[in-house]
Amino acid sequence: MKLKKNLALSDSGFVFDPSTGDSFSTNPIGLEIIRMLKEGKTANDIKSQIIKTYMTDDVSFEKDYYDFVNMLSKHNLVEGVEKEKN
Amino acid sequence: MLKKKKINVAVTGLNAIDSPGPGVPVIRALRDSKLFDVRIIGLSYESLEPGIYMHDIVDKTYQIPLPSAGKATLMERLKYINSIEKLDVIIPNFDAELFNFIKLVDILKKELKINVFVPTLEQFEERHKSNLPEFGKKHKIKIPKSKLIFNIKEIPALRSEFTYPVVVKGKFYDASIAYSPEQVATYFNKISAKWGLPIIIQEFLHGQEVNVTAIGDGKGNTIGAVPMRKQYITDKGKAWSGISIDDKNLMNMTRKLIKSTKWRGGMELEIIKTSEGDYYLIEINPRFPAWVYLAVGCGQNHPEALVRLALGQKVEPFKKYDIGKLFVRYSWDMIVSLDEFEKISTVGEL
Repeated sequence: MKLKKNLALSDSGFVFDPSTGDSFSTNPIGLEIIRMLKEGKTANDIKSQIIKTYMTDDVSFEKDYYDFVNMLSKHNLVEGVEKEKN
Repeated sequence: MLKKKKINVAVTGLNAIDSPGPGVPVIRALRDSKLFDVRIIGLSYESLEPGIYMHDIVDKTYQIPLPSAGKATLMERLKYINSIEKLDVIIPNFDAELFNFIKLVDILKKELKINVFVPTLEQFEERHKSNLPEFGKKHKIKIPKSKLIFNIKEIPALRSEFTYPVVVKGKFYDASIAYSPEQVATYFNKISAKWGLPIIIQEFLHGQEVNVTAIGDGKGNTIGAVPMRKQYITDKGKAWSGISIDDKNLMNMTRKLIKSTKWRGGMELEIIKTSEGDYYLIEINPRFPAWVYLAVGCGQNHPEALVRLALGQKVEPFKKYDIGKLFVRYSWDMIVSLDEFEKISTVGEL
């Protein structure tokens, strides 16, 4: 899954989508995941990183991760949803 | 430092109210100009247009006759105003007054040396809401399915052509969403009483409304364009705050439209972006929108560019604008002396 390239992220967890004008707030872990997604890391890379840093297990991570990713997709923050038109 | 050129510019649309006219933001843009030192002459229709009393915005205001009085009456009044103010440029900001100003463009230039940079009559007519479907076909732009109705008896038959809800629009202003034939009838009566016939019935599109303020040089070039998404909308559907966005499809659509129409002057495009990513043009306003000052905040001073074009100067297109800039509108109570109100109401000048 690829996030939109032009998403603007701030250290406070403010996410701005310049193509729609939508803005969102996320918590520090959400921000960390979004940053990793922007860097092109896979779900497995992200899982390893989160499990190494925080006290959580595979099952909890996957449940929360896919919830979060679905939310990103629902809010149209994922690339490839819209085609470029003339 | 470059010395600013002194010019006198007359501006209409001083009604900075809940459905605001573009006059005050256009003036603010001109006051920000690095090229011009402007004296602003306000042209008003009513005594309670707030811009009349904003003395740091407008230097002097004159009442002008309502558009229904016709172009000859307007010309007489402009001759009088010009004899005192020596106008260089007039910027009309209302759809309803544009017809008269378009008709007077040549005569104002020839007789009074006043420059007005507005759309041609053909451009003005073909983008009318009632002509929009043909406009879309001609310029290859998607338009929501629309139908003109002239009689309330035509409402029941709409069910065979449209799925409810539908949008009920007046030919100049006003639009309401109707969920049933009964609601269409209510809006038909309400809107036609105010703006006349026909009434436009338009397919309701689910999606996000996005708007563009733009300016064309009349030769097919887009001098500037800034897209915006409304963030806070009043019950009249007006943007009370908005944000500049980065939408290449929208910019392509704007440039294509300006190129194809050879648009002359300021404009606002109202567009619905559907969830499938399609763009439907729902309206073209033939003048700057009331949120045009956002373009200035984003680095494109469209009113200044319009004045330069009006004065016959060569203007290079803007190449970029700031994304993620917001405007947030506010209301402000001014205290006005009765003397001032009396003066504009009786003498027609302040």
